[in-house]
Amino acid sequence: MTEPKMPLWEVFIRARSGLAHRHVGSVHAADAEMALQAARDTYTRRGEALSIWVVPSAAITASDPADKDSLFEPTASKPYRHPTFYDIPSEVGHM
Amino acid sequence: MYTQALNQADTGSKLVEDADKLARFEAKIDAEERIEPNDWMPEAYRRTLVRQISQHAHSEIVGMLPEGNWITRAPTLRRKAALIAKVQDEGGHGLYLYAAAETLGVSREELIDQLLSGRAKYSSIFNYPTLTWADIGCIGWLVDGAAIMNQIPLCRTSYGPYARAMIRICKEESFHQRQGYEIMLTLCRGSAEQKAMAQDALNRWWWPALMMFGPPDAASVHTEQSMRWKIKRFTNDALRQQFVDATVPQAHFLGLTIPDPDLRYDEASGHWRFGAIDWEEFRQVLAGNGPCNRERMEARRRAHEEGAWVREAALAHAAKRRARAAAKIAAE
Amino acid sequence: MTTIAITETPLVLSLLRLADTALVHSHRLSEWCGHAPMIEEDLALANLALDLLGQARALYTYAAEVEGAGRTEDDLAYLRDAPQYRNVLMAELPRGDFAFTILRGFLLSAWAHPFWQAATRSTDAQLAAIAAKAEKEAAYHVRHTGEWTIRLGDGTDESRRRMLAALEALWPYSGELFEADAADRAMIAAGVLPDPATIRPAWEATVTRVFDEALLPRPADGWMHTGGRSGRHTEHLGHMLAVMQHLQRAYPGCSW
Repeated sequence: MTEPKMPLWEVFIRARSGLAHRHVGSVHAADAEMALQAARDTYTRRGEALSIWVVPSAAITASDPADKDSLFEPTASKPYRHPTFYDIPSEVGHM
Repeated sequence: MYTQALNQADTGSKLVEDADKLARFEAKIDAEERIEPNDWMPEAYRRTLVRQISQHAHSEIVGMLPEGNWITRAPTLRRKAALIAKVQDEGGHGLYLYAAAETLGVSREELIDQLLSGRAKYSSIFNYPTLTWADIGCIGWLVDGAAIMNQIPLCRTSYGPYARAMIRICKEESFHQRQGYEIMLTLCRGSAEQKAMAQDALNRWWWPALMMFGPPDAASVHTEQSMRWKIKRFTNDALRQQFVDATVPQAHFLGLTIPDPDLRYDEASGHWRFGAIDWEEFRQVLAGNGPCNRERMEARRRAHEEGAWVREAALAHAAKRRARAAAKIAAE
Repeated sequence: MTTIAITETPLVLSLLRLADTALVHSHRLSEWCGHAPMIEEDLALANLALDLLGQARALYTYAAEVEGAGRTEDDLAYLRDAPQYRNVLMAELPRGDFAFTILRGFLLSAWAHPFWQAATRSTDAQLAAIAAKAEKEAAYHVRHTGEWTIRLGDGTDESRRRMLAALEALWPYSGELFEADAADRAMIAAGVLPDPATIRPAWEATVTRVFDEALLPRPADGWMHTGGRSGRHTEHLGHMLAVMQHLQRAYPGCSW
């Protein structure tokens, strides 16, 4: 008999107040509540968390590495989005 | 730890890879960039990684058994807590590693099936028995000591998810070796019987610990390719020597004798030179003939089979909940 | 070292009852480590075991301090025989299958949570401090074992059959959680321990809520086992202690 697959969840943890949730790993669980508990029992054993998100791995849409050039290269040619593009005399002071 | 998988011949068929993609992949590796799950990678790289990461994961899971054997007999409550936490960590590390392997397109169920059907290997060290409490000290001191030596370089391995899992594992494992050494120290400072227990355990674990690094470089099929791909960062022999150099003075501090009559300090190189390893024993243990191979696999199979109804029930309940939620929405 | 004899004042006895129940239950949970149905659960059960072990250690240390005979937590755990153990019988029953483990964990933590919650208001400052920590741990134990109870009760035919069998086996041990003898009454009167009668409604409410969702029947309160809290145990505790205490007994007086 083939073992039915237990869904995979991605785990995100807020380590300290003020920080964003950060991806820390994955767990397997049948549903969201058990995934949350598994994430707590697996990834917060040393006091690493103030908050946990679990997201079904299947719900994540990722960009294709093959699209890297078309997605991310064009921004390299737009230096005017960056403050250093503009010349301001130093006498003006910090801006 | 547990990079013995790299020493098995790759029997997969040679695929004709796209030369351009291969060149770009190798340039990335050379530039110390990380390869991520969806990136193009040579089939052999993927196969080697799945084999190495899953073997590492299996080793963590099977590795829970020899130490778990003493959880119910830990001699103090403090030791009991530390041992439960340590064996639990190993389960966690197995979990992180299975997840890293899963990013390569293989499911945990398939990986576990490979282990239980005997197609996948795990580290030879866990096929040795834990006969006395001193074995728990020796495992922490020697086995985890060897593991750390192997694992720290893997934090820089070229595959991103593996490297990140290793960083977390190394951080968590830092207490394991100290826990073991403290047990040894307490025994060696205790009664004559306790010290004899410690020496006996060292006698039994020393050579298997040296074998953990895998066969000598000259006989290691995969080392060269894996080094080039930065899946592996030091050779078996280099790591083994590093381990011996670090461990011999620790044994002396304990007042224990390393069970190797040929062991001597080489002033010129600054290394401890050790005697010949019995590679036939290593080969036999890997082939399934170690003292505990059968018990370890039986214990894992039993846990898996006896847990099947639990996993089925969890999935069945989740399906019922989804159906109820859908029915509720349909009714509204 | 040979078996020690403890001077059981009402406070020492009460602390030993709580400590022994936590330790023995922790020991049973720890037997799963490496053998659970999935790795996630190996970690979860080990966390429960570690919480309970931590509670036991704090309680033993305090009991030894109150006794004032210079003993340690390990003396109390390792050098008393089964008749001197004061845990409730439910905690010592063999590990059983996962349904049994989950249901036992649920019934005990559904009692422990309101118990520790009330004990945070104990007139005994040290016990109140132990309770403050234990209360949070117990709340998670109720959540974890409660959610599993629901999934196994309302999962497959097999999981339901196993839960019903576990329920039939465990329920007759639930009465002991609410007993009060002379020592307990002295502690209740002094405001040291909560009255079990005040714990019962919260326990009932938790059990009813979870059983309703798990589609499990709440059994009628018939005849109940008793004796653990005064040292009359099942046959299982002696075996458990023989294993647990082996090294301390075989090599008396050693440090480990």
